[in-house]
Amino acid sequence: MADTLTTHGNGHAAHHGDYLDDPKGLASWLTTVDHKRIGLMYMWSVFFFFLVGGIFALLVRIELLTPKQTIMTAEMYNRVFTLHGAIMVFLVIIPAIPAALGNFALPLLLGAKDVAFPKLNLASLYVYWTGALMAVTTLALGGVDTGWTFYTPYSSTTGGGVTLMVLAAFVLGFSSIFTGVNFIATIHKLRAPGMGWFEMPLFCWGMYSTALIQILATPVLAITLLLLCMERVLSIGIFDPQLGGDPVLFQHFFWFYSHPAVYIMILPAFAVISEVIPTFSKKTIFGYKAIAFSSVAIALLGFLVWAHHMFTAGMSLFAGAIFSFITFFIAIPSAIKVFNWIATMWRGSISLEAPMLHAISFLLIFTIGGLTGLFLAALSTDVHLHDTYFVVSHFHYVMAGSNLIAFLAGIHYWWPKMFGRMYNKRLAAIGAALVFLGFNATFLPQFVLGSRGMPRRYYNYLPEFQSLHVASTIGSWILASGLFLIGAYLLASLRQPKSMVANPWGGRTLEWETDSPPTTHNFEGQPVLQHGPYDYRANPAPVGVEEHIH
Amino acid sequence: MSTATHTTSADHGHSPFLQHHFRDMDQQFNTAKIGMWLFLVTEILMFGGLFIGYGIMHASHPQAFLAAHHHLDRTMGAINTIVLLFSSFTMVMAIWAAQTSRKGLVILFLVITLLCAATFMGVKYSEYSHKFHEGLLPGKYYTHEGDTVPGQFLFFSFYFMMTGLHGIHVLLGMVVISWLIFRAVRGDFGPDYYGPLDVTGLYWHLVDLIWIYLFPLMYLIS
Repeated sequence: MADTLTTHGNGHAAHHGDYLDDPKGLASWLTTVDHKRIGLMYMWSVFFFFLVGGIFALLVRIELLTPKQTIMTAEMYNRVFTLHGAIMVFLVIIPAIPAALGNFALPLLLGAKDVAFPKLNLASLYVYWTGALMAVTTLALGGVDTGWTFYTPYSSTTGGGVTLMVLAAFVLGFSSIFTGVNFIATIHKLRAPGMGWFEMPLFCWGMYSTALIQILATPVLAITLLLLCMERVLSIGIFDPQLGGDPVLFQHFFWFYSHPAVYIMILPAFAVISEVIPTFSKKTIFGYKAIAFSSVAIALLGFLVWAHHMFTAGMSLFAGAIFSFITFFIAIPSAIKVFNWIATMWRGSISLEAPMLHAISFLLIFTIGGLTGLFLAALSTDVHLHDTYFVVSHFHYVMAGSNLIAFLAGIHYWWPKMFGRMYNKRLAAIGAALVFLGFNATFLPQFVLGSRGMPRRYYNYLPEFQSLHVASTIGSWILASGLFLIGAYLLASLRQPKSMVANPWGGRTLEWETDSPPTTHNFEGQPVLQHGPYDYRANPAPVGVEEHIH
Repeated sequence: MSTATHTTSADHGHSPFLQHHFRDMDQQFNTAKIGMWLFLVTEILMFGGLFIGYGIMHASHPQAFLAAHHHLDRTMGAINTIVLLFSSFTMVMAIWAAQTSRKGLVILFLVITLLCAATFMGVKYSEYSHKFHEGLLPGKYYTHEGDTVPGQFLFFSFYFMMTGLHGIHVLLGMVVISWLIFRAVRGDFGPDYYGPLDVTGLYWHLVDLIWIYLFPLMYLIS
């Protein structure tokens, strides 16, 4: 091996094109096996479906502006909230960070040229598009009115496009599994020379834990959904009490996947935040191993608590008490992370760039979401709060708020790396503030609504709940305006020329060592790790690049 | 499994099968194996859901399951078990033949494996058509006359779900093995490169293993 150690990075690659333009043309994108391009295509898809799911959310909120009918019928309302939930969960939140940001950033962070199985990666994108197309087609078949959880026996008897929607979720599960398999193999085998497990950036630990859940839980959902299809097509009887089956069995199967899936939605958020906070505090992350292991602990604990969704579904009191008890344990690794992030910021030199603003609003929103989870984990209070707006608000805080705000943090963090361009920072600060205010204005009132007994999913409600619903709806418009603003200045930034330096934030992880945007093969040669990912004490001549001797 | 027979990163005589993002053949081989093992984990969990569903329904309708299983043909099931076990053996032999540069034997063992799989599907076909004929069908299509215990259709719901899903896996395996035969004829495999044989072998053993659990569960209830 030649020993040419160059600290390359600030210059532009003169003889290599960047991955965005080399090669050019739509066909080259649709047949690419480059993880960065696949990540971007996922990102645009997620943006698109976020817009669609968001429009459905606004429609739901407008309908709930008055106690009686406002803009749609009750049947329509059921379909709109089902599509909002199904699209947001299966097409937005689950793929947002792992499939979009993970695909783009993970190999770069590891110093790899690509993910382990590039063709499988492209296949997973096409599988995602197929599932998305199937889900959207259900609209033409009269929509779906089951809620995104497809509970039997209602889902096995109601009309509309339920079978197709369930198959869509089944297909999307495969996309998720492919990504999970790819990431685990990549992390095990493609780390740069010199990068031990504990020299990996924490984003990789987050992706690793997420991928573990994806491969361990998704197959159970797959078979459950397949059984539901069979139930609808052949009346096989497994979930139908009239035929000797057990409808609660569906809930057990469903939550055995879908509770861990909650962590598919939140662990990637932790992963992004663990990158953003040290970079913008210019400090080594506090408690690296605690953060890494707590991700894995959450992933594994997530499998032991599914029945806390079913405290009121006729389980024995003993089983309920056990599941309640184990559920509390999830709070421990989650709190460890929050404390470590705050300790990282302590006495750091904090710069309030857009990614950091989103990270700070994540900390506040996730803390509210996490603490309200304790009310639901406790068996006695859950019986009161079950299926009320308190639950709606709680899961929007941990899933929508935490996941999507962390997604925004990650988008703003890696945007200059992805496109070689910077967005308008002033507008970005306004956008972050609008999202934070709008989100809280939307969902804080819902905690109050729920604790006063407003049930979830209801179309009509008692007049005394109206003022809080109005506040929530106004909040949803503030949130939407913030998101539109963010979309607008991000798109506007793409009209500028590519002029970004390699490392605009002064990050210490490997992706900042290559050009912005990177070349097709990520690095000139094989990067060799010479310091830790958050080592802000070492002098900034960080990485040697081994000359590639092909 | 030992990887000592592989080319190491020391010799840079680049195999044509080395993909650009791997440093050497060892890394590529080990990555493929991890990928396949992870995929097999998902397969086990998917079948696991069916096994658990079967267990729960069996526990709540023991008489119906016991009565229904008499409609299955133990001999056919036993033949299929032996056929699949033998095909797992020939799959291993194909890998061994590749490791020891015996191209003709690679092709021969793969062809035997494929024929075993075809035999398995042939037996399944005759079992299925017999059941279809007697109206022993899943769910609402169950029309068999003369049942003494109600609820026997639940057993057949699971029988067709589980053996059907397993059968699809055998068919997929046949497609992959045919592709391996094509590549073996082309001369792709040797001591330096047999990864595709190895990971397909892992898959094939799992298909075998699942059947080994299905057979007593369905055919040998007592």
